[in-house]
Amino acid sequence: MSIDADVSGPVVERAKRDETSTTGEADTTLFRFATAGSVDDGKSTLVGRLLHDAKAILADQLEQVASTSRQRGFAHGEFDFALLTDGLRAEREQGITIDVAYRYFATDRRSFILADCPGHVQYTRNMVTGSATADAVIVLVDARKGIVEQTRRHLAVVSLLRVAHVIIAVNKIDLTGFDENVYVAIELEAARVAEQLGLQGIHVLPVSALEGDNIVDRSARTPWYSGPTLIELLEELPRQDEADAAASALRLPVQLVLRPQGGLSPEILDAEQYRDYRGFAGRIASGVVQVGDRVDVFPGGLETTVTGIHVAGQPADAATAPQSVTLTLADEIDAARGALIAAAGTAPAGRREAVVELFQLDARAVVPGTKVLVKHGTATVQALVAEVLSRRDLETLAHEEASSLAANEIGRVRLRFAADLPIEPYARDRSGGSLLLIHPADGATLAAATVIDQP
Amino acid sequence: MTLETKDASTGSATQHPGSLSSSKGRLSALDLLEAEAIHIIREVVAEFERPVLLFSGGKDSVVVLHLATKAFAPGRVPFPVLHVDTGHNFPEVIAFRDETVARLGIRLEVASVQSYIDDGRLAERPDGTRNPLQTQPLLDAIAAGKHDAVFGGARRDEDKARAKERIISLRDEFGQWDPRNQRPELWSLYNGRHLPGQHVRAFPISNWTELDVWRYIEREGIALPALYYAHERDVFRRDGMWWAIGEFSQPRTGEETERRVVRYRTVGDMSCTGAVESDAADTASVVAEVGRSTLTERGATRADDRISEAAMEDRKKDGYF
Repeated sequence: MSIDADVSGPVVERAKRDETSTTGEADTTLFRFATAGSVDDGKSTLVGRLLHDAKAILADQLEQVASTSRQRGFAHGEFDFALLTDGLRAEREQGITIDVAYRYFATDRRSFILADCPGHVQYTRNMVTGSATADAVIVLVDARKGIVEQTRRHLAVVSLLRVAHVIIAVNKIDLTGFDENVYVAIELEAARVAEQLGLQGIHVLPVSALEGDNIVDRSARTPWYSGPTLIELLEELPRQDEADAAASALRLPVQLVLRPQGGLSPEILDAEQYRDYRGFAGRIASGVVQVGDRVDVFPGGLETTVTGIHVAGQPADAATAPQSVTLTLADEIDAARGALIAAAGTAPAGRREAVVELFQLDARAVVPGTKVLVKHGTATVQALVAEVLSRRDLETLAHEEASSLAANEIGRVRLRFAADLPIEPYARDRSGGSLLLIHPADGATLAAATVIDQP
Repeated sequence: MTLETKDASTGSATQHPGSLSSSKGRLSALDLLEAEAIHIIREVVAEFERPVLLFSGGKDSVVVLHLATKAFAPGRVPFPVLHVDTGHNFPEVIAFRDETVARLGIRLEVASVQSYIDDGRLAERPDGTRNPLQTQPLLDAIAAGKHDAVFGGARRDEDKARAKERIISLRDEFGQWDPRNQRPELWSLYNGRHLPGQHVRAFPISNWTELDVWRYIEREGIALPALYYAHERDVFRRDGMWWAIGEFSQPRTGEETERRVVRYRTVGDMSCTGAVESDAADTASVVAEVGRSTLTERGATRADDRISEAAMEDRKKDGYF
C-alpha cells in the first residue's frame, strides 16, 4: 500500500493535535474503539491512514517504517503500514499480527484509544479482548467480496458483547469504481445480518482507506453517500458509559477499605479528623452518588447514608461513573474487598448459580466438572462448571448441542459459585454481568463470560 | 448510512434529570485516565502482598507516584519505591528523588548498577550505556524485596513493543516477558494470579500519551526535576542529539562544546539520554511544545532505542521495565 507522507489536505488541519490551548483537556474526552476484519481487507491500511491523518505518526516513526519498507522491496515513498502496528519481532518477520496492539491519536474533539485486533489467528480471543472495553468496533468489509463468513463471526462476537456502536466500513470502494449499487447491496446485507444477530446501533459507510475517501474528508467520488465520515462518526458517537451509566443505579464495587490511622500521609496537617476514618475505595461502575444518598451494602443488605465523598483524593459533593472515589458511611458496616455499595433498594440479591455466555480463550477445553476461580467485580470465588448447555454457531448465533467448549468457541454454560455473588444480567449492567474464569492452579485466564437474562 | 440513529448520531450525552454528567459536564480525557490509573493502583495494592514502584525521578514515575497519593488519601502511599541507579545520574534528579520520598514519608530502595560493575557481576559495555545493565540489579532487588508486583510508569505510546503490553503483565521466575503468550485482558477485570517466584509488572498509565502526562502535570501542579524545563547547559552534538557535558559524557575529538538552552524530554541514564533545544521554561510551554513535536520522545532523546527496531522488545523480554 502507499500513503504519501507529505499529503496534508485541509482535513488534516482539522484532525491534528490540539495546539492552541495550553491545557485543552477540558474540551476533549476519551473514546475507545477496536478495529476488526479478515485477512487482506486493508485493516493495517485503515489504521495507518487514521494515525497518519491525525498526525499521530511522528517523523522518526515514519522514517523507521520507510527504511524497513525499502529493505523489503517497497517502492520509494511507499510504506508497509503493518510495520506500525506489528510491534513484535515475530510479527514483522512472519508478516502476521499476533496480539492486540493499542494505538493513540487525538483530534481537537476527542482522544482515541484504538485496540487493533488481528483477524485470523485466534480471532475470537483477540476480538473479545479488544471489544470488551470498546465504545465502538469498526468491522472492515472488502467491497469486492461483501460480507463473508469472517465478517459474520466478528459481528456475532460484537453482538454478544453488546458493544454500543458497530461501524461497518465498506473498504476498497475505489476498486469497484465507486459503484453505488455495489455499496447498497452490501448495506442491505449488513442490515439483514445485523437483524439476525440482534445487533443494535449499526453504521455503514463506504471508504477507501488507501486513498482516504470518507475517512477524514467527505469524498467527492461517492456523491450518493451523504452520511458522516469515519472520523465524524468516531468523534460524535456517545461513549458506552454515557449511553448506559447515567441511566442506571449506583454500583460501587469496594476495592479496599482505607483505614489510615497511624499511616496518615505526612501532607495531612489535621490528623485528628481522620482518627476514626474508614473509607470505602472503589471505582463507580454505574450511576451517580451524592453526599446524603441512602445506599445498600452487599453482602448483608444493611442500609446506610453516604457522609462523605472523595474523588481522586479531593473532597466532593457528588461523583459519577467511572470515577475512582472513596466513600465514608454513617454506620459502622462490616464490608471489605468484594463488597458492593448500591443505591438503596437496588442492591442485587446474591446468587450461587448463573447461566453465562462463555467465551473460551484458553487452549484447555471447558467441560462439566471443571473447577475454576471466578473473578467478578472485586470478588474472587471458587466455582464449578456445572453444565455445558450449548455451543453457538458463530455465523448465525444459533445454539447447537455441545458437551464441551474448546478454544475460541462460544457457548452457554451453567456456573455454580462457592459464595454468593451480586451478579446481574450483562445486558442491564456491564460490570455486574461480566466474569473471568481463572485456572486455580496456574492462574491462566481460561474464559470470559457474560451473565444472561433468562437462562 | 446510519440504520439506527435514535441516540447514536447526536453526539450529545444522554440527559438524565439530576445526573452529574448533565449538570457539570462530561468527564475529560484526563479525568477518565486518572480514574482508570487509580483503579489499577488500588487493585494491585488490594491483591498483592508486597508491591513496589519503580521510581527514577522521571516524569512518568512521578505521575504514578502522584496518582498513588490520591488513591490512598488521606493515608500515605502503602508501598516503597525502588530506584535502579545506573550510577550515571543527573545530580538534580537524585536530589529530587530524595526530597520526594522524604515529603511523602515512603521508603526508598536502591539497586545499584555501579556495585555490580565494581564486584564483576556486570561488565561495562563498549558503547558506555548502562541502560541494558539495569535488568539484573532490578530482578535481584525484586527477589530480595520479595516484591510480587512492580509498578512502572511505562506507556503504550512510547514504543511498539510496549503497545502490546498488558496493564497487569506476568513475569516468569526469570523475570522474562513472553509477549506471545499474554493473558487476555477484558473489561476492568485484571488477573494477577501468579505462582511463587513469578511476579507481575503493573502499568497504571498504559493508556496515557506523552501529551496527557504533561497536561496532567500542568493541571495538578506536579513538581518535576528542573532539567525537564529549558535551562542553559554546556552541551555537545552527537547522533543528532545534544549531550550534557558531565562526568559520564565528554565530547570526543571533533565534537565541540557549546552553551545552549535545552531541556530533557526523558530522564534516564546520563550516558544515553540526550537533550532537545527548547525555550519551554514552564509547564504550559512544554505542553504546547509536546503538542507540536514531530518526533517521539524516545526517538528524540534515547540512544539505546535507536540500536535496532526491536531494541525495546529484546530488553523487555529479559526483564527490563
